Amino acid sequence: MSGKKEPYPVINIIECKACGRCITACPKSVLLMSTALNERGYHYIEYTGEGCTGCANCYYTCPEPLAIEIHIPLKGE
Amino acid sequence: MEERIIASKGLYTEFSRKGGAAPTATHYCPGCGHGIIHKLMGEAMHDLGIQDRSVMISPVGCAVFAYYYFDCGNLQVAHGRAPAVGTGVSRAEDNAVVIAYQGDGDLASIGLNETIQAANRGEKMAVFFINNTVYGMTGGQMAPTTLIGERTVTCPQGRDPGYDGYPLHMCELIDNLSAPVFIERVSISDISHIRKARKAIRRALEIQRDGKGYAFVEILSTCPTNLGQNAEQSTRFVNEQMEKEFPLGNFRDLADQTEPICRADSVFKKKAIDDLFNLDTGSSPDAVLDPSFPEVQIKAAGFGGQGVLSMGLTIAHAGCVAQRFVSWYPSYGPEQRGGTSNCSVVISGESIGSPVVQESDVLVAMNRPSLEKFAADVKEGGYILYDSTIGECSIPEGVTGIAVPAIRIAGDAGSEKAANTAMLGIMLALGITGLSAQNFKAALSATFSGKPKLIPLNHVVLESAVSWANENL
Repeated sequence: MSGKKEPYPVINIIECKACGRCITACPKSVLLMSTALNERGYHYIEYTGEGCTGCANCYYTCPEPLAIEIHIPLKGE
Repeated sequence: MEERIIASKGLYTEFSRKGGAAPTATHYCPGCGHGIIHKLMGEAMHDLGIQDRSVMISPVGCAVFAYYYFDCGNLQVAHGRAPAVGTGVSRAEDNAVVIAYQGDGDLASIGLNETIQAANRGEKMAVFFINNTVYGMTGGQMAPTTLIGERTVTCPQGRDPGYDGYPLHMCELIDNLSAPVFIERVSISDISHIRKARKAIRRALEIQRDGKGYAFVEILSTCPTNLGQNAEQSTRFVNEQMEKEFPLGNFRDLADQTEPICRADSVFKKKAIDDLFNLDTGSSPDAVLDPSFPEVQIKAAGFGGQGVLSMGLTIAHAGCVAQRFVSWYPSYGPEQRGGTSNCSVVISGESIGSPVVQESDVLVAMNRPSLEKFAADVKEGGYILYDSTIGECSIPEGVTGIAVPAIRIAGDAGSEKAANTAMLGIMLALGITGLSAQNFKAALSATFSGKPKLIPLNHVVLESAVSWANENL
């Protein structure tokens, strides 16, 4: 992922409660609900692996403050 | 490779006060608006550099545990009381950034009066009003902001204005006042609304950073659990129904033309109060820390008019004279005479945590009902002093009961009304308060300073009671 210099979300699976707000908010539709359950018994959000633009819509709309982080590689490296 | 990371700021990185299986997750339901708002506020506090100046006031409601999350000062207050407590904090600590976080029950129902009063005074605080049209923590009851026709647990047929009135518009109410600097209604229904809410929240906190006065931000929020919605339905509910009743927008922003409010530093020294009220500091010297002094707890009880409250005050005053820590805590009915009254007095060598006396070292009972009511609460080894006119009575085992002819001693000295002072004499003679005859006399002089003729009489009653105790006990 980092080789492509593309932004990407980091999802802390245990904090996800499967409300699905981020799926609706994502303009690129690169977030999906898992079929598996996390340790606490919730489905959770998964990143498809590409297409994130780093807009942070998912971060801001997520009700769990620590569940999603957006990492944006800096240019000119 | 270097990265820019967009992540939570101003909140703790682990919610250790919450604990549980997932100490990094909040206690809020899936899809709840609180976490989103917390994040926006935390970010603004961090970016404005005000975390160390901030005092968050947690409400009663789902966000009662806001202190689990916000990395700043915190007070959790009684329901609806954030404006009063916030006023206190702001007035005592002029540099504090006071942030009240309140729901529709806390702010618009039980706390409505205080909200309006604080706004009208233009207190320096940012108020974040979370309006989701329903009571969350208590299980989905109707709120002051519940929409017409909206169903809740307590309006199962839908809110009927004929019975339940109309939704309260808080921004519009507050916009009628002169003092507020900033008023805006925003929503966190979806991402485009969240971006606008983010700006309003930052603006309100900027105004606090600069000490400019009252800022009110109403945030239309979601409660999927109690309204039986999923995330998409909750978003639509806010956008399509709530917004119709509560139009979004800025009502007022006077920040640019408002000067910071500068108040004088608060002074908490006793001398400042004494000077203000023209009091003689020498007559009530500061208490001195003395952990070796055994704490004494006294209960005095009788009919209203028998002087039990003033007896308690005199004991407390004697403790003050001796530079002990004291408390006096009265309990009485609405009637001035004839009802029952009692008071609790604590004398201590250390500061007193609670003025309530559950178990007393001494009970002074001026009548039978008081004796019967409080006798069981006297500690083993303690004393019950009761007027001998009460007659036969049962004293708990391990407690010393003394029938004192207090009314007679006082009558012989000149006035039966001074029977309470006779009881003080017995306490003095028994040495149970750790206070001296001088302390008691000084306290009596203070108690009767408005009626100086009574001072010698009471001193005589005190001495007669001491003599009676020395001869008979």
